[in-house]
Amino acid sequence: MFRSAGSVPLRTSVLAHTVWSLKSEMSSTDPTLLDTFPKLLSENAKRFADKTAVREKEFGIWQSWSWKQCEKEIHALAAGLKALGLEKNGKIAIVGRNRPRLYWGMTAAQCLGAIPVPVYSDSVAEEMEYVLNHAEVSFVLAEDQEQVDKIFEIADSLPELKGVVFDEGRGLRDYDRTRLHDFQDVQNQGRTLLSENPELLQQSIDAGSGSDIGIFLYTSGTTGKPKGVVLTNDNIIVTSRNSIDRDQLGSDEEILSYLPMAWVGDHIFSYGQAYVAGFCINCPESEHTVHTDLREIGPTYYFAPPRVFESILTTVMIRMEDAGGFKRKLFHYFMAEARKSGVSILNGEAVDGWDRFKYWLGNLLVFAPLKNTMGFSRIRLAYTAGEAIGPEIFDFFRSLGINIKQLYGQTEAAVFITMQPDGEVFADTVGVPAPGVEVKVNDSGEVVYRGPGVFDSYYKNDSATRETKDAEGWVYTGDAGFFDDRGHLKIIDRAKDVGKLTDGSMFAPKYLENKLKFFPQIQEVVTFGDGRDYAAAFINIDLDAVGNWAERNNIPYASYQELAAHPSVYKMIGDNIRQVNQDLASDSMLAGSQIKRFLILHKELDPDDGEMTRTRKVRRSTIFDKYGVLVDALYSDQTSCFIRTEVTFEDGRTGSIEADLEISDTEIFTPVSKAS
Amino acid sequence: MDVTAGEKVLNSAVNQSRQFDEELLAVKNISLSFGGVKALTDISFDIRKGEIRAIIGPNGAGKSSMLNVINGFYHPQEGEVWFDGKKRGSLKPYEIAHQGIARTFQNIALFKGMSTLDNMMTGRITKMKSGLLAHVLWKGKAEREEIEHRERVEEIIDFLEIQSIRKTPVGKLPYGLQKRVELGRALAAESKLLLLDEPMAGMNLEEKEDMCRFILDVNDQFGTTIALIEHDMGVVMDIADRVVVLDYGRNIGDGTPDEIRNNQRVIDAYLGVSHD
Repeated sequence: MFRSAGSVPLRTSVLAHTVWSLKSEMSSTDPTLLDTFPKLLSENAKRFADKTAVREKEFGIWQSWSWKQCEKEIHALAAGLKALGLEKNGKIAIVGRNRPRLYWGMTAAQCLGAIPVPVYSDSVAEEMEYVLNHAEVSFVLAEDQEQVDKIFEIADSLPELKGVVFDEGRGLRDYDRTRLHDFQDVQNQGRTLLSENPELLQQSIDAGSGSDIGIFLYTSGTTGKPKGVVLTNDNIIVTSRNSIDRDQLGSDEEILSYLPMAWVGDHIFSYGQAYVAGFCINCPESEHTVHTDLREIGPTYYFAPPRVFESILTTVMIRMEDAGGFKRKLFHYFMAEARKSGVSILNGEAVDGWDRFKYWLGNLLVFAPLKNTMGFSRIRLAYTAGEAIGPEIFDFFRSLGINIKQLYGQTEAAVFITMQPDGEVFADTVGVPAPGVEVKVNDSGEVVYRGPGVFDSYYKNDSATRETKDAEGWVYTGDAGFFDDRGHLKIIDRAKDVGKLTDGSMFAPKYLENKLKFFPQIQEVVTFGDGRDYAAAFINIDLDAVGNWAERNNIPYASYQELAAHPSVYKMIGDNIRQVNQDLASDSMLAGSQIKRFLILHKELDPDDGEMTRTRKVRRSTIFDKYGVLVDALYSDQTSCFIRTEVTFEDGRTGSIEADLEISDTEIFTPVSKAS
Repeated sequence: MDVTAGEKVLNSAVNQSRQFDEELLAVKNISLSFGGVKALTDISFDIRKGEIRAIIGPNGAGKSSMLNVINGFYHPQEGEVWFDGKKRGSLKPYEIAHQGIARTFQNIALFKGMSTLDNMMTGRITKMKSGLLAHVLWKGKAEREEIEHRERVEEIIDFLEIQSIRKTPVGKLPYGLQKRVELGRALAAESKLLLLDEPMAGMNLEEKEDMCRFILDVNDQFGTTIALIEHDMGVVMDIADRVVVLDYGRNIGDGTPDEIRNNQRVIDAYLGVSHD
């Protein structure tokens, strides 16, 4: 069990060796004993003691808490929650942006054997109602008044609700306090109880095991209502441990926790891996300061969906367009050098000495300052997942020496299905199976997997569980893909989205959309084509990129709508589509799905209007229902179409906007076979 | 009340029934004229501790003049101003600021080239004790003092949710945010009475709602007494405890929003009345 060093008793050996490398951590205690987060917490509080576990920027200063302090805070909260009546298997919703106290709430709940249910904090009340009601929450840990208001608005449909604990009390002074409690007060009561009985929590912490349910994570619900994915402690802890091993992550990593807590990615990176490896998580000051905070922290390990990398690249390009001529020349010259040799240098391949010198010079003059501005100076490893990333974007970051890799995952797998090993990083694949995970493509072309992260069940939805997971533990992803000759998995599209044009050729909407989204001026695309004569598209322009371009070209505009409808914007987007069509013409499988007609939408697709999920994935069926007129117009010979759309404002009120949208034709290229 | 009866008690609902008895400021029989133009004629009303008091009226009714009298920009020819239980003599505006009255302006008056943070630090100026030399050397007391003031300002930055523009020069900020910074600066002065001159003018609906929320929260959290001038009747009726209505420099109504809503003279002044 314990591997103690010689005759020295275990405890002293741990204290004596405060070397925080993963290897020594692993050898000090049998990892399989640490099968719950409360146990990991106690272990970390002993092993790392005064090392910083979590930071948050508040009042302009990075406030930090050590592992030891975290344990105290969490135990006080747990004891307080116990006194309020949170019981084993009770559910507590966690609603708010990434804040230390909310992360502590998860562990505190787990100390009592209760189950935390993080919820997307930007959900409107009705969306929240479904999840909280379905999960039968008895408590809610809410960030502030905004969230508390939402909870009380839906309180009638939460029969189990016993109490709401809030973190920030502003504006809550006049609220009735029978069910509403201040975080601080709950902790204070917990502290009193713990001083009377220090062993108050020990029994429930010891009783916890790896096979217990650790957390409910609700899927974003691209199709239909969100499903509650039930994950055990083992699911999270074992996958975290495996991935830490694979990437050699240590306890000295710094990460920025800025992605929604309700999303499995954040749960693994900011919670699972942070507890297992003992590294430090940093919570931004507010959602608007993420970029500044990123720069100040300089994370060593970073995770972001492709759209974040896209927007960083767009910002860099916009700024460079605005920079002086000399700087611009310098930037473009060295970026060309980086594209030539940067990726090879990162992959450790042989590179000509002269090129290496030029790259070194470029690093001195351009890359290093640029990385510093982006907050990536110290980065050792970055991951992107969730959607395909544009090869240009991917190569841009890799050529700067940022080791960004792709992985493929799902909530149902506790993230990791496949991941790219160092040195085998390609823009068009998602890597090889993650440690301990078996992946195969079944006869119908669907990717299936099984492994340590495979979820327990969907909460209160046995039929969906049976549809997704078979008796042998294989999970059906619903994604179509194949392994290439390098043994890497390639994902084509959601299996059920792949369709056929009337002439029988394949139509893969996601593939087209991603190709178009690689242009900085295009933010979102929805393509149509299944069962139609040709492919057509809705475009959302990127206001930052197009707005900047408009400014530089003296194009006046007063609103998003006006800019989107501008003829020169139509012309620019038309040229982008033309380029994609040209590309597609040389693809034997997809030459048929060149985009023949398109229109630019007058409003941004928005989760508040139900057009996207909270993780910003397009809900096709909603779009189809809402914009049916426009779809019909794309498949007629109309050159414009009137549309009136309901919009929901952030506070839940609704209004409508109307517009006459132009529908534009694009050039179609005759397919050319690659051989000729 | 809505379905959550009793639990989610909105401030506005509470306001209607809030009671304030202690007088903070009173103006008695104020008359002010510029040459032959009578801006204010025989105006009397009071502002009580802890309340939100609105001063409304059509264009040119004398609202801003009234505010300027309260904070000492104008000196009325007749009448008295009582503050904190004492009759006020003829004071300069900065002396009045020292007494504990802070304000914002209709046309934003910030230092455009300075950052949000620095602008707000200037709000602390009445509280700074150490001398110029000490600040130049920045040792001992001056250093401690600045840290203390910065702490206070940071709390207000957090309160107003303007962390992301802490270091941005205010001249670069959109109008709504500049208004918020100006409120922040006035808050930093930790005054007994806060005068807001059209805090919501020129804002869109969302900005207005945010501003309302901040004003209510300031009143709630810090217990600051607030007197505000506002055009938007909806806003005033929602957030004010009591309203005084001016028209052509005269006080034509004073009372709770409900009373004002039903006051015939006020209705006439706003909607116009035919004189036949």
